[in-house]
Amino acid sequence: MTDPTVAGAPAVDPAALSRIDDSGSGPQKPRSLWGDAWRDLRRKPTFVISAVIIAFVVIVAIAPGVFSSRPAGYSNLDMANMGPSADAWFGYDNQGYDVYARTIYGTRASLLVGVFATLLTVLFGGFVGIIAGYYGRLIDSILSRFGDIFASLPFILGAIVILTTFNAPGSNPGAVTIIVQVVSSIAILSWPVAMRLMRSATLVAKQLDYVKAARGLGASTPRIVFRHLLPNTLAPVLVYATIALGAAIGAEATLAYLGIGVRPPVVSWGVMISDSRDYFRNDPNMLLFPAAFVSITVLAFVMLGDGLRNALDPKGR
Amino acid sequence: MTQYILRRLLQLIPVFFGTTFLIYVLVWAVPGDPFSGKCGQVACPQAYIDQMTAKFNLNDSIFVQYFKYLGRLFTGDWGETFNGNSIGDMIATAYPVTVRLALIAVAIEAIIGISAGILTGLRGKGFLDNLVLMSTTFLISLPVFVTAIVLQLVLGTEWGIIDTSVSADATVGELIVPGLALGSLSMAYVARLSRTSIAENRHADYVRTAIAKGQPRSRVVGVHLLRNSVIPVITFLGTDIGALMGGAIVTEGVFNINGIGGLIFRGIQNREGATVTGVVVLLVVVYLLTSLIIDLLYAVLDPRIRYD
Repeated sequence: MTDPTVAGAPAVDPAALSRIDDSGSGPQKPRSLWGDAWRDLRRKPTFVISAVIIAFVVIVAIAPGVFSSRPAGYSNLDMANMGPSADAWFGYDNQGYDVYARTIYGTRASLLVGVFATLLTVLFGGFVGIIAGYYGRLIDSILSRFGDIFASLPFILGAIVILTTFNAPGSNPGAVTIIVQVVSSIAILSWPVAMRLMRSATLVAKQLDYVKAARGLGASTPRIVFRHLLPNTLAPVLVYATIALGAAIGAEATLAYLGIGVRPPVVSWGVMISDSRDYFRNDPNMLLFPAAFVSITVLAFVMLGDGLRNALDPKGR
Repeated sequence: MTQYILRRLLQLIPVFFGTTFLIYVLVWAVPGDPFSGKCGQVACPQAYIDQMTAKFNLNDSIFVQYFKYLGRLFTGDWGETFNGNSIGDMIATAYPVTVRLALIAVAIEAIIGISAGILTGLRGKGFLDNLVLMSTTFLISLPVFVTAIVLQLVLGTEWGIIDTSVSADATVGELIVPGLALGSLSMAYVARLSRTSIAENRHADYVRTAIAKGQPRSRVVGVHLLRNSVIPVITFLGTDIGALMGGAIVTEGVFNINGIGGLIFRGIQNREGATVTGVVVLLVVVYLLTSLIIDLLYAVLDPRIRYD
């Protein structure tokens, strides 16, 4: 889906020309898939908007103090359940906490969970996938069935079982422990998706001529995998990772809502939503503002992934 | 074909044992006393501990426990909870509600999602297309519990159109709004999937032939185009049924539905290991069988696919 304005532009793309004519080695180097994608993306308004939102969320996570003059623990019981005002933009919750300050300070934990869960999912899943796809046969069968074991557990159910196994109901583990547990349970249950994507991409790529040529020239297995296969199988996994990052932030909120994920004293959007469970009928701003932050962040990542997919798909051009 | 089915069934066996064993270990091999808090404020009497240890084979190694459990399960005995309630009975009351909810959710997904997909896929770029694209992206980014709570808050508490909690009977009418909340995410995916599929096939040769033959537009779209475009959508819906039958814990919690999700959540919270393992075994079997059926359905819908 190229933008019609791009397609109709009078300027001739030098990259396209140099691809047609190999002998014309002009000053312009032929662009790679990624270079083309980047050209495409810069002109897409949805990509720019989502990139700006993500950059903003990251800045908030790094330096929440810049955006909120009050600490997350600020509480004024006199103002409990008050609606939004100039003093507290998102109002106060049932304990007199400033919802705005908590939402700003909650960004860091939510984003950390999202980023690390996605990293773990993609690194592990991608590694297993490329091994399964490259070696094939018995190794492929064993690794694929191993992945199926985790894939056939419903996500929320699996996460509940894992998290309650390691923390008996009512116990309160430390902040780092619980974040590590939430991150790993999300990764444990979603790595088979990354593995399947990587595996099928590898299966296609290893049949291509340049891989056969590399093997014929006597390249070692690590060299074939990392220098030849990986750059060409990364695209689908990267698209998945972007969308999965959004999904992981949503999953963090869902697990906290069920009371088994991240919990106080850590502040995260999920924790705030979980706190609002029994009060949101009287005090909807307690629920709606953190939920809106979750949704907007997830939305940004989903839009980014969509844009990336269209830009990296050669069929779309 | 028979050979393919047999091979797939054989492949299911290690996955079945792997998943159920994983859950069994997670639930039963937890460090700590399984009887803490089981008898109220006092420590459990020794006679009770002995009886329960014998009942759940707690003195055996975890492998022996697991296979003894599976052995009983294959004879149709789901076992009992610590209180002596029959787990089979509990599943028999709860599961029909969950199945009804899942079917309603999938029906809503299919009807709204496919119609939106056809409308936008046929029209191409334009206002409607952008509207559907935007609203589906928005739906995808909402966690299910937010959708459920907002629907409950607006339709139930504010406007009073629905009851905020579903009664014990859980009639079809009561389950429509929960089904909408449960299916909203997949509805967005279905709409996008059918939009892409229709847009791709709209210019296929067989559609041009059908138009050139002078067939009415309704027949071209309804028979030729739709039948070919709906294949990926049906596979998605099938996988979704399998997932929804086990994954409605959040929706059932918000709307207070007495389904399998609530049963399993209470089971985990009260550390009723037998309930959790029993339900998970059931859900894993349902999930594996639905994905097998979906694979076989491919061949029925698309004659080009042959499993040899």
